[in-house]
Amino acid sequence: MTQNPTAAQRAQPRNPADLFWSFTWLALQGFGGVLAVVQRELVERKRWMTNEEFVEDWAVAQIMPGPNVVNLSIMIGDRYFGLRGALAALAGMLLFPLLLVLTLAVLYAEFSSHPAVAGALRGMGAVAAGLIAGVGIKLFASIKNHPLGRPLCALLAALTVVAMAGLRLPLFWVLPVLGGAACLLTWRKLAP
Amino acid sequence: MTAAATMGAADWLQLFLYYLSLSLLAVGGAIATAPEMHRFLVERQAWLTDPQFNASIAIAQAAPGPNVLFIALLGWNVGINAGGPGLAGWLLGALGMALCMLGVMLPSSLLTWTATRWGHRNRERRGVRAFKQGMAPVVIGLLLATAWVLARAHGVPATDWPLWLLTAATTLLVWRTRLHLLWMLGAGAALGALGWV
Repeated sequence: MTQNPTAAQRAQPRNPADLFWSFTWLALQGFGGVLAVVQRELVERKRWMTNEEFVEDWAVAQIMPGPNVVNLSIMIGDRYFGLRGALAALAGMLLFPLLLVLTLAVLYAEFSSHPAVAGALRGMGAVAAGLIAGVGIKLFASIKNHPLGRPLCALLAALTVVAMAGLRLPLFWVLPVLGGAACLLTWRKLAP
Repeated sequence: MTAAATMGAADWLQLFLYYLSLSLLAVGGAIATAPEMHRFLVERQAWLTDPQFNASIAIAQAAPGPNVLFIALLGWNVGINAGGPGLAGWLLGALGMALCMLGVMLPSSLLTWTATRWGHRNRERRGVRAFKQGMAPVVIGLLLATAWVLARAHGVPATDWPLWLLTAATTLLVWRTRLHLLWMLGAGAALGALGWV
């Protein structure tokens, strides 16, 4: 962190308990996925990281095997308080949502038969799609200083959307091919 | 009807080992391995019924929190099936949940923890910077693709346009304003409960 000139003005979690409750709070807001909330809470509200750092961390969390959000919690927590921070963030991300999901599972029979509940879930699903799309647009707008430049970044992002959503290719192929090409191009631009 | 009546220690061990081995294969998110889990838990071992499997995924998707919790619910239901109603089922449910979650998280989390520590120490290296920055546009593309796949579940725009409109309005609000996300989710829930979307 010390090499980064902006690190000095940046906010940080006070202690592992702060990490735990921050991650609990953002996990409990995460309907249909936690990613949009992580960006909003950690980048825009708490200012623990910039949009660029968030995209970089998310890329690593996505590429490593295992649940993405679990990986992201471990990475962010570890950066501040080492193993204790990683465990605090991970516990925050999982503990209360787990209790909630169990409660819902026990009540499931009553829940599923209510038309109003089914409608509410449908409405929340539509909002969740918009949350993710909005964050994607916002993050794209934030990569101004990318070594590849705007047009090439847009092309790579568009190719990824076509490959995943249009052609429905497996991520197992899309990530190495498009990601590998993007990394190679970036590597060539980053002259030593 | 329950899927399996009894589970011995060897079965629990097998469940744990199965998730341990699955952990490092779960590239691209836990939900991508759901078909594999269905093959093992429902078809091969018959520890779960089909409706239990589907409900576990649906509940975890609808509830707040990471989607990976559907694995916890799968483990919970395996335990409920083995223990039957009452306290025994709840205890075995907790056991199944703990085994599945620990199994699926331990190997991948240790790998991530080690790898990101190495990456952070070597963050000025050209290779590490190229990897992290180069992946950015592709990761953003993946996000937009996820949004598209979620929205596509709405149905055709001609008849289900209110849902598409709601998604588009949310996209604009998130992009252009700092409105709290919970307000948008609450509005979506209210509109859906009233039957307007």
